[in-house]
Amino acid sequence: MFWTSYFLAVLAIVLAWPVPILLSRAHWPARDPFTAMLLWQVIGLAGGLSMIGAMLVYGLEPVGDNLIAGLQALAGMVLYNAPTTSLGFWHLFALSAAALLTAHLVFTLLLTYFKIERQRRRHRELLTLLASPSADGTGTVVINHDSPVAYCLPGGARSVTVLSDGLMAALEPAELRAVLIHENAHLNQRHHLLLWAFAAWRQALPWLPTTRLAQEAVNSLIEMLADDVALRTESKATLIKAIAIVASGSAVPQAAPVLGPAGLPGAGLQLPDGAGSGSASTTASRVSRLLSPRPPLPAALRATVVGVCVLLLAMPTALLIVPGLLG
Amino acid sequence: MASLGELERAVMDLLWAGHEAATANTLRDMLAQSTAAQGGAAGHEGKDLAVTTVLTVLSRLEKKGLVERERGTRPHRYQAVSSREDHTAELMHEVLGSAPDREAVLARFIGSVTESEAETLRKLLGHS
Repeated sequence: MFWTSYFLAVLAIVLAWPVPILLSRAHWPARDPFTAMLLWQVIGLAGGLSMIGAMLVYGLEPVGDNLIAGLQALAGMVLYNAPTTSLGFWHLFALSAAALLTAHLVFTLLLTYFKIERQRRRHRELLTLLASPSADGTGTVVINHDSPVAYCLPGGARSVTVLSDGLMAALEPAELRAVLIHENAHLNQRHHLLLWAFAAWRQALPWLPTTRLAQEAVNSLIEMLADDVALRTESKATLIKAIAIVASGSAVPQAAPVLGPAGLPGAGLQLPDGAGSGSASTTASRVSRLLSPRPPLPAALRATVVGVCVLLLAMPTALLIVPGLLG
Repeated sequence: MASLGELERAVMDLLWAGHEAATANTLRDMLAQSTAAQGGAAGHEGKDLAVTTVLTVLSRLEKKGLVERERGTRPHRYQAVSSREDHTAELMHEVLGSAPDREAVLARFIGSVTESEAETLRKLLGHS
């Protein structure tokens, strides 16, 4: 019990600080965005679990040999007024902190959800008044705007992909197809849920700089995942051209070594809250991974990462639950 | 009967095109006219359109903050709160975020591609 809490605390610290920094600097995520995405989720989940678990286990140490027995004893104190004298000040402190952190995380998650939902509803309301259905298929609308913009607005059956006039004018049919497939991939793979979770994570722990790193990494990984879907049917040149045109903000790039003067970042904006908008580094890493592709991650390495993911999730859970089941 | 959503859209189109405040009666007549002009079944729908329906649509739009009522006059005159372009700009601002610096985007992008990548890109973009 005692060692468990120390181990969990160390795990929480490692997952909160050095691991996200190393991962955000690594180059392999561009070669296997799916596995990297998995790892980021596990880091967040296991990090949160071990943070709360460490405090819980420490606080319950005097009243139970394992978490389950400890929680039973705690329930007795809270619900039936059982004596609390066995708990010292620091135990109570840790228990309160665990309860507060849990409530804070859940509350922030819900709050973020409602904030995003409200903004999307408003956005959808305006879209029904401003945009007209496109010829490209159901669930696609066109809005009157000169900048080349494409994004999708998730909302279950009412999900919609929005294209601007400027985009339609600037892109060739194949490029437009690539953009549409890219946006649909965001919707099909439920990327908005990932963005929501990581936005909430950052919102909940803004003083932890690695939550920003995680959010940025996730923003960029979902773009790569959607690009990969587009690459299944469209050529690489088509996709790169589409990204470049959207990023440059005009059909015919003039001046500048590579692109035109104005640059609207990211062909794949999916959340109308700014959090999802592609940043400079996202556009750059997307294009450069298409221009100079590197081989996919070797199967062995990939399996290792997946194994680490499973282990990271299983460890805190096992440490918390298994002793109770055995004893 | 056209759905409320379609009517909201039609009313907003009229208000955005008209530039000046209009009463529910005027709007009803304009709606009847525009649907009659399209002929057929649509014309029939237009005739059935009641002023109360238009008022319902207007109050929904008012709740959404899209139209406002001139208080002093009777009957009330309605007008759009902001132009179609302003609303579009509002949406685009939401999507594009609080304007990540375009120059910075470009500088970073150019800084990060290698010479051979830039060459490939130039070819793709038709500078070959």
